[in-house]
Amino acid sequence: MANQIADFFRLKPEEQAVAGAADHIKKFWDPRMKVKMAAHLAHGGDGLNPLALKAATLACKPATGQ
Amino acid sequence: MSVHTTIDRGTPERQAAQMITLEIDGKSVTVSAGTSLMRAASLVGMDVPKLCATDSLEAFGSCRLCLVEIEGRRGTPASCTTPAEAGMKVTTQNAKLAKLRRGVMELYISDHPLDCLTCAANGDCELQDMAGVVGLRDVRYGYDGENHIHQEKDESNPYFTFDPSKCIVCSRCVRACEEVQGTFALTIDERGFASHVSPGMNEDFLDSECVSCGACVQACPTATLMEKSIIQHGTPERSVITTCAYCGVGCSFEAELQGNTVVRMTPNKDGKANHGHSCVKGRFAWGYATHKERITKPMIRAKITDPWREVSWEEAINHAASEFKRIQKKYGRGSVGGITSSRCTNEETFLVQKMIRAAFGNNNVDTCARVCHSPTGYGLKTTFGTSAGTQDFDSVDETDVMLVIGANPTDAHPVFASRMKKRLREGGKVIVIDPRKIDLVRTPHVEASYHLPLKPGTNVAMVNAIAHTILTEGLENKTFIAERVDTADFQIWADFIRGEQNSPENMAKVTGVPASEVRAAARLYAKGPNSAIYYGLGVTEHSQGSTMVIGMANLAMLTGNIGRRGVGVNPLRGQNNVQGACDMGSFPHELSGYRHVSEDGPRHLFEKDWGVTLDPEPGLRIPNMFDAAIDGTFLGLYVQGEDIAQSDPNTKHVQTALTAMECIVVQDLFLNETALYAHVFLPGSSFLEKDGTFTNAERRISRVRKAIPPMAGLADWEATMALSNALGYPMNYKHPSEIMDEIARLTPTFAGVSFDRIDELGSVQWPCNERAPEGTPIMHIGGFVRGKGKFELTEYVPTEERVGPRFPLILTTGRILSQYNVGAQTRRTENSTWHEEDVLEIHPHDAEDRGIRDGDRVAIMSRSGETSLHARISERMQPGVVYTTFHHPGSGANVVTTENSDWATGCPEYKVTAVEVRPTNRWSQWQEEYEDFKDIALRIGDPKVAAE
Ligand code: SF4
Ligand code: SF4
Ligand code: SF4
Ligand code: FES
Repeated sequence: MANQIADFFRLKPEEQAVAGAADHIKKFWDPRMKVKMAAHLAHGGDGLNPLALKAATLACKPATGQ
Repeated sequence: MSVHTTIDRGTPERQAAQMITLEIDGKSVTVSAGTSLMRAASLVGMDVPKLCATDSLEAFGSCRLCLVEIEGRRGTPASCTTPAEAGMKVTTQNAKLAKLRRGVMELYISDHPLDCLTCAANGDCELQDMAGVVGLRDVRYGYDGENHIHQEKDESNPYFTFDPSKCIVCSRCVRACEEVQGTFALTIDERGFASHVSPGMNEDFLDSECVSCGACVQACPTATLMEKSIIQHGTPERSVITTCAYCGVGCSFEAELQGNTVVRMTPNKDGKANHGHSCVKGRFAWGYATHKERITKPMIRAKITDPWREVSWEEAINHAASEFKRIQKKYGRGSVGGITSSRCTNEETFLVQKMIRAAFGNNNVDTCARVCHSPTGYGLKTTFGTSAGTQDFDSVDETDVMLVIGANPTDAHPVFASRMKKRLREGGKVIVIDPRKIDLVRTPHVEASYHLPLKPGTNVAMVNAIAHTILTEGLENKTFIAERVDTADFQIWADFIRGEQNSPENMAKVTGVPASEVRAAARLYAKGPNSAIYYGLGVTEHSQGSTMVIGMANLAMLTGNIGRRGVGVNPLRGQNNVQGACDMGSFPHELSGYRHVSEDGPRHLFEKDWGVTLDPEPGLRIPNMFDAAIDGTFLGLYVQGEDIAQSDPNTKHVQTALTAMECIVVQDLFLNETALYAHVFLPGSSFLEKDGTFTNAERRISRVRKAIPPMAGLADWEATMALSNALGYPMNYKHPSEIMDEIARLTPTFAGVSFDRIDELGSVQWPCNERAPEGTPIMHIGGFVRGKGKFELTEYVPTEERVGPRFPLILTTGRILSQYNVGAQTRRTENSTWHEEDVLEIHPHDAEDRGIRDGDRVAIMSRSGETSLHARISERMQPGVVYTTFHHPGSGANVVTTENSDWATGCPEYKVTAVEVRPTNRWSQWQEEYEDFKDIALRIGDPKVAAE
């Protein structure tokens, strides 16, 4: 899902794209999904494309996920 | 006696700038140019006798009963076909006219059975009325001449009979089928005395083209075409105006009753969504409300393999509340949630989400719109600033070019489809973008200018190719773009869309549609001058559903087709209250009126009104609820009027999730598929049993009125209130109108809405507030809700669901006219006459390759699962694509669909599943297990007795 979100914002300048995808995750994901993603990121974020990785890192800091 | 309150003025209303004043029976009257003398007379209270005229149809002038005299003119012209002229002096009543009319009536009556007293239409028959009005006392010709009295009845249609012996050949039925419904199923065969009404090629009604809309029955002045329910029960004693509980057209009806028994549903002429028309579902398929399988007692059970035990409301509610509290104590505040229904009223939906946010203390609320139109909300909010369609239905009357994408209105939104077809007969054009040859592509009197049969899953490629054509050929509306949209965003978008990758030639490889066709269709849409987009779930239920909605909004802005009548972007909503359920704050991230839970302003407003602290973080969406259930963090669910076990994709995944939960409370009319996994069953109330409002696809808020008391004792809103009280959050509404008052208080777009206001206006379209006290039929006039319109990039990203050697075909799903959604209601009516089971439509080539013959049982396999259906060979599908419906639970269409979903909203990708199909002679394993489990999970009764 994070990859697909990132794909939508892909064509924008990188900064905007990361911010857009991160904002989307913040606005639509339940905290436990963010926590799960944070854990996944802590293990390297396997399978995430580079943009999704950056956006998820911004949106799913363990602190905001609780 | 007829219970209708509306007056039939004989001919349709005319709207013209020029007004005309004339005199009728000495009374002066001023009418629009083009108004008939009959209508003008009716407006001054002089109803001219009539038989072949009715104000839903154009005048025909065949019965000669409505003769009048006009000063200075010879003869006695028919008032229905004579237009009013300035200065005319008309006489509608005198001895000569009376004599002429009696003569006409005498002829009719001499060939009519004289069984008035025992006729089902006694008291509700225009022939009888007219005989009385003209003072007919005797028939000079006797009754023994040649007549039609012994002709046989056609009773093939399950809902109405055709008794030709009573027919006066007035053609009203034929004209209703043409003008109102647009099906052209009836003709008058032969001539003179032998002339008679004939469905199709002298077939019976059931075998003809008839779609059972009821327009002819409505128009028939005699008992020739008659509802079987009236023949069975007799004429009604009272009526209540209410709103259809099926599709998003939201037709207004008069529920006609004898005591507390509904005997007929008649479309309401004053209904602004339907103007007196209906379809087979709303008009006839209401029998489910009293079906013997309705559950009217609350029930509970400890385990889903236990039989159900009937209990009092109090016990069921207290049990549910204590279970939810127990689960929250053990697993945390976020471990429970609920699902609101698009079939329930706005007030009920609002209450459920309020209970979840205030009493559960979390935002784990979602609605079935998740699986249908959630991308509409996201896409239109992003581009225009509000999550709703832009037009009213009447707007189509001024549309020159309709672009219909991923929708099949003649089946799913029949009454609006009739309006579309009417406009097409008047000269409008239609472009259809759909993998299937839907009826709007070609049926009698309808022919699409272009049909672009794209491959499922390539909508965004198509919309980009259209936009590319318009922009590179200079067909965009430069003035609109300069004035109305954010130009910086537009520039970025324009640079992207001009790219060669978006050209129709390049995209043809993806969509499978020749570039020349796409270019021609794009030009037609751009040149309009009034072009309107109508779309359905064929747009939203894709991995790029939200992107496609944005793409269509971009297209409308690019061509300036927004902000006036005849244009716009219009979602055709599936269920009756999808729009309302979304408006009412049913999504886990939004409060009513589409305000994000993280926005402090709106949240504080609700907190103050409700006296609680609300969670500023979004809650779980339905698919995430399932995942969390399997993860063990989500264990209690309250489901009102929704059947997630049947309607959601990847059934096996859903079943695993539901089985993992510790308390599922289902509130419904029937023990639906979700109830197989439930621990508490709260009996629901049908739309006939409660007060409230529904909001249709054009944002029109209409009243639902209680016609009979709730069969289970409580209306749905009362049950939710009881549950909230038991959970410790008090609710004390005396009437749903008080809930609407609260909605209005907390939702700016609803600020002017109240039950009184709706009663006064008939219905009202939101926004309704200080700036628009009468509501808003057309949105974004002069400016967008968000200020400037926003163009967003819409890159085509292929779905991950790909065909390959294992699964070489694409399965796409949809619905048909006579059935509705999961079929819980329509399957329990005679509508099953038309659709007993879901079948798999397959192209002859694909069938031949696999040795499949029409009617064979076939297995359908995807990476999610396997089911089996009977095959129907059909050229409506293109080779490589197969199609089915999901109206019957045992079909298991969703066993095959996958959990792929829209990137923005999680709306499932029902429209694209890679499958293989092969002949089989047995049910799938899932189907067999399902049948066995159903037998266990549906038992009602004492556990010990049931075990014996
Ligand atoms: S029921 Fe509707 S479709 Fe059928 S014949 Fe009558 S008007 Fe036509
Ligand atoms: S069936 Fe009814 S509406 Fe049709 S021609 Fe006969 S009387 Fe008129
Ligand atoms: S199902 Fe839809 S079109 Fe049919 S009567 Fe009901 S609201 Fe109208
Ligand atoms: S009502 Fe005018 S001719 Fe029949």
